[in-house]
Amino acid sequence: MSAALLSSLTIFFLSLLVGFEVISKVPAMLHTPLMSAANSIHGIVIVGAMLIAAEAHNPAAYVLAFVAATFGSMNVVGGYVVTDRMLQMFKRRPAVVTPPKNEEDGGTP
Amino acid sequence: MSTLDTVVRLIYLVVAGLLVLGLHLMNSPVTAKHGERLSAAGMTGGVLTTVAVIVHESSIDATGWSVLAAGALVGSALGFRFARTVPMTAMPQLVSLFNAVGGGAAAVVGVSEFLRVTGVGTSVHAPLHTIIATVLDVLIGGVTFTGSLVAAGKLQGAISGQPLVFPGTRVVTITLSAVVLAGFGLLLAGIGGMPILLVIAVAALILGLTMVLPIGGADMPVVISLLNAFTGTAVAMAGFVIDNTLLIIAGALVGASGAILTKLMADAMNRSIPKIIAGGFGTGDAQAAGSGGAGAPVREVSADDAAIQLAYASKVIVVPGYGLAAAQAQHEVRDLTKLLEDRGVVVSYAIHPVAGRMPGHMNVLLAEASVPYDQLKEMDEINPEFPRADVALVVGANDVVNPAAREPGNAISGMPILDVDKAQNVIVIKRSMGHGYAGLDNALYTDPKTGMFFADAKAGLAEITAAVKSLVGQAA
Repeated sequence: MSAALLSSLTIFFLSLLVGFEVISKVPAMLHTPLMSAANSIHGIVIVGAMLIAAEAHNPAAYVLAFVAATFGSMNVVGGYVVTDRMLQMFKRRPAVVTPPKNEEDGGTP
Repeated sequence: MSTLDTVVRLIYLVVAGLLVLGLHLMNSPVTAKHGERLSAAGMTGGVLTTVAVIVHESSIDATGWSVLAAGALVGSALGFRFARTVPMTAMPQLVSLFNAVGGGAAAVVGVSEFLRVTGVGTSVHAPLHTIIATVLDVLIGGVTFTGSLVAAGKLQGAISGQPLVFPGTRVVTITLSAVVLAGFGLLLAGIGGMPILLVIAVAALILGLTMVLPIGGADMPVVISLLNAFTGTAVAMAGFVIDNTLLIIAGALVGASGAILTKLMADAMNRSIPKIIAGGFGTGDAQAAGSGGAGAPVREVSADDAAIQLAYASKVIVVPGYGLAAAQAQHEVRDLTKLLEDRGVVVSYAIHPVAGRMPGHMNVLLAEASVPYDQLKEMDEINPEFPRADVALVVGANDVVNPAAREPGNAISGMPILDVDKAQNVIVIKRSMGHGYAGLDNALYTDPKTGMFFADAKAGLAEITAAVKSLVGQAA
């Protein structure tokens, strides 16, 4: 096993642990935006698509690069835009006004 | 290591840091937006750096630039359009679609790199670890691609939400798995080359179908989370294939995230992940009766009864379930609670972890209807408050409020539930006495303190709101 592979494996496992640690602290309320954010992060595959496009020199490789670039950019752009749209909706209660007291007192109907 | 290489590695390190920080800031709705911006900045940095690398290495040809630009343009336009126009209720489908393209792209990267290294022949010229990573990348990415598309189709209603089990599905799955394993073995032995990798890819695509088609609609929160984890893993494997640390780090982060959410969802539904994958849930075959039993008397109430009870309460807890989302009634429930709050009633929402069709879905739907997030309470936080609530208003929830979960010997035994039956009074808005996904009777409905208001969630809530206005609205 080469040193490069060993360091890649190390990075992979440590990243998994960081992921577990960071994500287990996210409240259930934000799980949908979290998944959407995770979704946009795996859009990093666009970098992979770019690197294979750089090495493409025959028709088959061009087609594969096109597919990867389309999928990857759809993933990354859509992911960030929709996560942002979702997070904009989470608003705190507007400045609290003292709630009016019930005139009729709460009896059972 | 050249200077450029060093600089690129360092920038990738910063990018990875920004992605982690972005996820970390998701721990509060106050900081989440900021986190998302940092994450986006990191992603942009990663992409721009990669452009610089490609330009510097100058191995890319004109056609390469064209296909890259065209793909990026088409993909960005589609992604942007979907992200801006899809309604919040359809968010699970969209997330599923992004899982599909992410996994698909990862698999394509694996195939493409393999093609570059070994060509189209039947020999294999790649180091062992690259072969392993390539096969895993293509397998997981392929399964994710078709599996996520099926999941999206089921959520959208384009494919039946019922578990689709064809005779022989299991045989097909086993055969294909054997094909994948055999192909893997051949490639490791240095035989077969590109044709065998393509066979594995096709087998993976079919496996995605046979995996998700038999899973029922009710299990979708688990399935989406699992496919999310798959996508992350596939991207990390693609990172191993092309030896890129950024892909490895980002993929691992997503893999971890998906794995945690999968576990949380499965626990909240009291289902084991292997059983969900085995499929067949949601068919209503579990018929063990809960306490209460069929035929027990049910107290039916009118909109006026419900309105009076709610209007004169001092503390109301709303329990929204999937029925509310399905009826698109989140704005109606907001109207009603706004009216109650104006009368001084303290209102909060009790959100079960699996309310909705993906983890946390109900929170987003209510946030969209302008429910302030400090009113949205998680199960553990709200359960101690039910005994102090004058009225618990259950809208379209069933299994997650079924007290049978506390008793042994039925399909939902041990499932964490909302303690609605501990509230002083309960009003349930429901279309009929029909069963939930688990097919159980619900003792909550026959409880003497429960009033059943039989109506569609949207229409029912609107009726109660109108009744509150006309009965007590002018009292002030």
